Amino acid sequence: MTMTEQHHPNDLIIICRDVHKWYGHYHALRGINMQVHKGEVVVIFGPSGSGKSTFIRTINRLEEHQRGEIIVDGIRLTHDVRDIERIRMETGMVFQQFNLFPHLTVMDNITLAPIWVRGWSKAQAEEIGMQLLKRVGIPEQARKYPGQLSGGQQQRVAIARALAMQPKIMLFDEPTSALDPEMIKEVLDVMIELAESGMTMLVVTHEMGFARAVADTMYFFDQGQIVESGPPEQIFGDPKEARTKLFLSQILSH
Amino acid sequence: MSTTTTSLPARAEALPPPTERYTVLGWLHKNLFSTWYNALLTVIFGVVVILLLRSALEWALTQARWEVITANLRLFMVGQYPAAATWRAWACVVLLALLIGLSWGIWGRNQRAGAITFGALPFLLAILAHGEARVALLIVGVAGAIGFALSRWRSAQLQRITILGWVIYFPLVILLISGLGSADGPLSLVTTNLWGGLLLTLLLTVVGIVFSFPLGVLLALGRQSSLPIVRALCVIYIEVIRGVPLITVLFMAQLMLPLFLPGVTIDRVVRAMAGIVLFSAAYLAENVRGGLQAIPRGQYEAARALGLNTWKMMLLIILPQALKAVIPILVGQFIALFKDTSLVVIVGLLDLMGIAKAVLAQPDFLGLQAEVYLFVALVYGVFCYLMSAFSQRLEARLNAAR
Ligand SMILES: Nc1ncnc2c1ncn2[C@@H]1O[C@H](COP(=O)(O)OP(=O)(O)O)[C@@H](O)[C@H]1O
Ligand SMILES: [Mg+2]
Repeated sequence: MTMTEQHHPNDLIIICRDVHKWYGHYHALRGINMQVHKGEVVVIFGPSGSGKSTFIRTINRLEEHQRGEIIVDGIRLTHDVRDIERIRMETGMVFQQFNLFPHLTVMDNITLAPIWVRGWSKAQAEEIGMQLLKRVGIPEQARKYPGQLSGGQQQRVAIARALAMQPKIMLFDEPTSALDPEMIKEVLDVMIELAESGMTMLVVTHEMGFARAVADTMYFFDQGQIVESGPPEQIFGDPKEARTKLFLSQILSH
Repeated sequence: MSTTTTSLPARAEALPPPTERYTVLGWLHKNLFSTWYNALLTVIFGVVVILLLRSALEWALTQARWEVITANLRLFMVGQYPAAATWRAWACVVLLALLIGLSWGIWGRNQRAGAITFGALPFLLAILAHGEARVALLIVGVAGAIGFALSRWRSAQLQRITILGWVIYFPLVILLISGLGSADGPLSLVTTNLWGGLLLTLLLTVVGIVFSFPLGVLLALGRQSSLPIVRALCVIYIEVIRGVPLITVLFMAQLMLPLFLPGVTIDRVVRAMAGIVLFSAAYLAENVRGGLQAIPRGQYEAARALGLNTWKMMLLIILPQALKAVIPILVGQFIALFKDTSLVVIVGLLDLMGIAKAVLAQPDFLGLQAEVYLFVALVYGVFCYLMSAFSQRLEARLNAAR
C-alpha cells in the first residue's frame, strides 16, 4: 500500500519543515522533516526518549515548536489561538493513558466536544456517538463511567471520542502501551479498520504487526531526529541504518 | 446422611457475601466488653457519664430558667425584624421546606426515610410551639410534605422546576427579607439595621457562601493563570487576606469601604457581608487550588486536543472534577464560616450571638448565661450537623456515580 509516490503535492495534509524543540536547554527535536498525504498511515517508532511524543504533540500544538514550520491542512501553526483551535478540531488525538473524563459517562465523553465546540444539538451528537460506539464495538457501555470499563474498552471509547469531532487526521501516541496483552488486539483491530477506511493517521507504536499490516510509511526516531524512513517492506526487509537494524532486532526479539 | 451422590455443578454459583449480624448482647460484647480492661473502661465511663448527665438533667429540668428563651424567642430568631413583616421570613422557610421536599423525592437515596420524615414533620413541628408560630410551623411541615409527595408522583417532570427553584431561591429570599423601595404595602422595605438573630446569622452565611464561591474559584484559576500580572494579583490578595484575622477584615470593611466608595452610603450589614465574602473567598481559593492540583495533566491535554478553549475546558472538564474532590473541605469551610459570622457582634450587629448578649443585658434575665449560651450552642449545633450530614450524602452520591 505504498501510496506516497503516487500522490500529488497538493494532497499534502501535514508538512513539517526543520522542526526544532527545546525543553529548557535540552534539544528534544532536532530538525524534523515530514510530509504526510491525505489517507496516509504513518508509523513512528524509536527508543524511549527519542522525541516521538514531543513530535506528534507539536502537530496539534500540545507542545510548541521553536524553529521551523508546521502546516496542517493548509493552516500554519503560529501563536494564533483561533488557528490552533481550528487545527485541533481537525485532528483527533488518542493518548497512552486514555485520558477519558472520569466524571462523565462514556456517551458524554464522546458528545462533549461535538456539542460544545462544533455546536451540534445533543440529539444529533448522541446519534453519531452511538454509531461510533457501535463501530468500536461497545454500544452497550454508553451509560457507564470510564472507571467501570476495562483498559481496552476505555481506549476504544477514547478513539470514538476523537472520531466524534470528525477529524481529518488522527494522532495516536502509544495507544496500546498501557494495556494488558489480551486487550491490545481489540484496540489494534479498531485502528486497522480506521486505517482501511482511509483516515490519515500518525501512530507512535511498537506494534510491528500493525505497522506491517497498514503503515504506508515508517519513521525511525532517535535522539530527536529521523534516522530512517520508508515503506514497511524496506524498513523491515532492508534497513539502511545500523541503528534501525539494532533497534528492530531488539523489539522484534520480544 | 443419605447416600445420594451430588455431582459438581458446572459452574460455581455466585453467592451473596456473608452478612454480619449481631444480637444486642453480641454487639455489647464485641464493642464494650471484649476484654477485661475494655469492660473496666466501659464501667468507669458509664458511671461518669451517668453522674454528669444526672446533674445536668437535674439542672435543666428543675433549676434552669428557660423562660429567658421562650420570652425572647422572637428576638433570637429575627431580632428587631418588624412583626408585620415576619410572614416574609416564614415564607422563606416554607419555600425552603418545599424545595427540600422536592429535592429529597427527586434525588434522595433513602425514600423510606424521606416518607417518614416528611410524614411526621408537620406534627413534629406543630408541637414545638404555640400560637402563631405553631400555625406557621405547621405550614412549613405541610409544604415539605407536599414537595416530597409531588416529587414522588412526577419526579422526572419536576426536576427542572426544582433546579430552577434552587437557583432563584437565594435572590427571592433577599427580595422577601429586604422588601422593595416603597414605604408601605406587603413588601415594604425593611432596613438592614432591623435584621437580627438567627435570620441575620443565616443571611450572612448564605451571602458569604453564594458570593465567595465564584470569587474564590476565580481567584484559584487566576493563581494558575499564565498571565503573570493576574497571577501576582491573585497571590497577593489570597496571601494578604489569609495573613489577617477575620475581625480585622470586618473592621476594615466597616472603615475602608466608605473610603473606597465615596458618596455611596453602604449600610453596616452590607459592609459586614462584604468583609465575610472577601475573607472567605481567599480560603476558598486555596482549597479549590488543592483540587485543581489533583487533576492530572492528561485531562487538560485531552480537553485541548478536542478543541475546547480555556473557558470551556475549565468549566466542563477541570472545575467539575476539582470541586468534586474538595467538597468535604469546602463544606467544612462553610461550616466554619457559619460559626465565624458570630464575630459581627464586634462591629455592632445583632446576629444570634449579638441577640444573646443583648438578652443577657436585660434586667429581668441577668445571670442566665448558661441557659442562653446553651440554647445558642444548640442552634449552631443543629445547623452545623445538618450541613455536614448533607455533605456526606452528597459525597456518597457523587462517588456512587463513578
Ligand atoms: N515537559 C518536558 N519537560 C522537559 N523535558 C521533557 C518534557 N517532555 C519530554 N521531555 C524530554 O524530551 C525527550 C523526548 O521525550 P518524548 O518525546 O516523550 O520521548 P518519547 O515519546 O520518544 O519516549 C526526553 O528526553 C524527555 O525527557
Ligand atoms: Mg512517548
